[in-house]
Amino acid sequence: MLLNPLVLLANFILVPGLAYGSQLALGALGVTMVYAVLNFSNFSHGEVMSFGAMVTILITYWLQSIGLSIAPLPTALLALPFGILGAIGLCLLLDRLVFRFYRHQRASSVTYLIVSIGVMFVIGGVIRFIIGPNDRNFNDGDRFLLKARAFKEITGLSEGLAIKSSQAITVITAVIVVAAIFWFLSRTRTGKSMRAYADNQDLALLSGINPDRVVGITWVITAGLAAVAGTLYGLDKSYKPLVYLHLVLPIFAAAIVGGVGNPIGAIVGGFVIAFSELLLTFAYKKVAAYLFGEGFFGDGLLQILSTDYKFAVSFMILVVVLLVKPTGIFSGKSL
Amino acid sequence: MNRSSRNTSARHRIFSLPADWPAHRRNLVLACIMALMLSFVGFVQSWNLAFSLLNMCLISAIMSLGVNIQWGYAGLFNAGVMGFAALGGLAAVLLSMDPVPAAWAAGGGGIGLGLVIGFVTIYANIYLWKQARSQGKKRYWMIGLVIVVGYSLMRQAIDPSVAAIEAVDPAMTGYLGGLGLPIILSWLVGGLFAAAAAWVVGRIALGLRSDYLAIATLGISEIIIYVLKFEDWLTRGVKNVNGLPRPVPYEVDLQEAAWFQEIIPQFNLSIVEASSLLVKLCYSGLFLIVLLTIIWLSESALRGPWGRMMRAIRDNEVAANAMGKNVTSRHLQVFVLGSAVIGIAGAMLVTLDGQFTPTSYQPLRFTFLIWVMVIVGGSGNNWGAVLGGFVIWFFWIESEPIGLWLITLLTSGMEPAHWLRLHLIENAAHTRLITMGLVLLLTLRFAPRGLIPEVKR
Repeated sequence: MLLNPLVLLANFILVPGLAYGSQLALGALGVTMVYAVLNFSNFSHGEVMSFGAMVTILITYWLQSIGLSIAPLPTALLALPFGILGAIGLCLLLDRLVFRFYRHQRASSVTYLIVSIGVMFVIGGVIRFIIGPNDRNFNDGDRFLLKARAFKEITGLSEGLAIKSSQAITVITAVIVVAAIFWFLSRTRTGKSMRAYADNQDLALLSGINPDRVVGITWVITAGLAAVAGTLYGLDKSYKPLVYLHLVLPIFAAAIVGGVGNPIGAIVGGFVIAFSELLLTFAYKKVAAYLFGEGFFGDGLLQILSTDYKFAVSFMILVVVLLVKPTGIFSGKSL
Repeated sequence: MNRSSRNTSARHRIFSLPADWPAHRRNLVLACIMALMLSFVGFVQSWNLAFSLLNMCLISAIMSLGVNIQWGYAGLFNAGVMGFAALGGLAAVLLSMDPVPAAWAAGGGGIGLGLVIGFVTIYANIYLWKQARSQGKKRYWMIGLVIVVGYSLMRQAIDPSVAAIEAVDPAMTGYLGGLGLPIILSWLVGGLFAAAAAWVVGRIALGLRSDYLAIATLGISEIIIYVLKFEDWLTRGVKNVNGLPRPVPYEVDLQEAAWFQEIIPQFNLSIVEASSLLVKLCYSGLFLIVLLTIIWLSESALRGPWGRMMRAIRDNEVAANAMGKNVTSRHLQVFVLGSAVIGIAGAMLVTLDGQFTPTSYQPLRFTFLIWVMVIVGGSGNNWGAVLGGFVIWFFWIESEPIGLWLITLLTSGMEPAHWLRLHLIENAAHTRLITMGLVLLLTLRFAPRGLIPEVKR
């Protein structure tokens, strides 16, 4: 019976990997956009994600208090536009107060990086100040789209396949957002001017592209992506400010693995990171039992790395990629 | 931050004291202000707190000296401070704790064999990578095969031994233990550990662009922390190692010592308080010796030909290269030296705490905060780095009570039970993050050369 092990893999690797990969891809897309247009690695991106998610949560609480809901979908989807607006406001404000000065100075990318660390501190502090450092679960929609038991009853298999509704929402939203971004970049005049600016700033200026406008739009898109990614991550797992600080590294890993500055690379990188985290820390014992019979490989868990190292996998991939091909899979800077 | 951007924004300096003051007078004033702030804590809060602050300030100063060696002298962005500090802490455990013979008997051999297999695998890979260049795509498959075989062999050797070691009295030991040597030796060994790690990291990452270097070192430091957190046979992991021996006397012994009881009446202090103060003073003395030694060494290095060469490389790599300087190996050298200093500080920190807690290593506290110290203090100036370590640690700790005091004062007009007031007071502790971020941003914008700017030589 080959179906049982396949369902097992789908349940523990394919479905969560698709959801986590979409979240990473959205985050990495934001990092890559800032890198392509503004030329620096934005360490504060994780906190912008967290900020967007926080605004969404607060609005969700308010909507719940006035009794508005779109059940079975989580109320947070209704509040998400406000979260996006909040993140956009934050990014434009930061650009005006902080980053613009360094842009006009043509500061080096390391200066930018240190500045973004300062920004990270401030946003992180503001977030903890407003919402506190604790865990928050704000998903009030239906928990499962497909329950493991229902799946077993329908198919008659002994392994179940469960799909959380937050996972489905994540993947669908990510597809919509990514499609919109690519349409914007390739079809609209503004998108084309952005690509031109990223490609060659001086030539873009010569052809009459307004740099402030391009930079502003970049921040708007980045902030929107960050708010969506942050909310989806919070919806899927749970919202905790500290987590977003740690999420920055897998996101950077995704962006670098795919080739920083390349949007397709960011998406591929997100899925590469997500799936390798799951593939390397999954215990294959049960799969092997189905395929080769119980106890064929002894009684080990058949796990390549212990689950403790789940997060560390992305850093290892990052290091290997930097060693072997620092330019990433889709090398070259292009938007 | 290259030289030109430092110069163009020099006119924005508003935080620095008058520029026409001689440098040493300004430094003296700044040092006196810092001393006053610490003694203010002593008078207002307590002297015990003031001296624990001082001890942590000294350790922070050493860490930021290490970062300054890398960033200020050579312009290398090391975002892996946390990892090197943790390796120093590991040295303190491995050197000072008593060995656990039962654990060694249970699994020492297996672990040793596994580590040998691991090293052989790594060497085989490096050899293949270098030698099989002509093989094209085949090389990747060969390397993949070596990794799979080597890794599964290593796991075969290690896994049963790890289980056996962790089963040895898990509540008390469950790890291999250390060597049982005096802990003060571990300060040196911690430096060596960090230096060895830095050599490997540097060989991997130093060729990268500066922001990639930051991300790579950040990632590697996270990997180091994960290993320390989850390899229980080595560090007891999240169970922590408690009760590390001390290089200074214990409070209880002091309280019972005859000479101590004799001199106590001369001071206006209870015996408990006096003993813990004396212990802290002993630590301060030891730390001060280390700090001054490192400063003396790095100042004389910076003044000598080596320092001139490093600055030349930092300011113009191409020209230095053309003059026949080996930029890559100089970078590696300075990276190793700076990391060693961080490792020393890491070992000192664990010594002071008396325990090793892998979960306490957070990038915010151990990497980014140290960076704030260096930038605020003045990158490229050792005294600046030291002052930065003092000031930033002081405010990192004190911004909590200050923030609480400020918020209580500002909201005193509200009703005592108003939800906003309660919320603000409850979250006052988080003002420290905002303060640190603002201090960093304001320094970068208006005084990018820091409190004590680099001296032009």
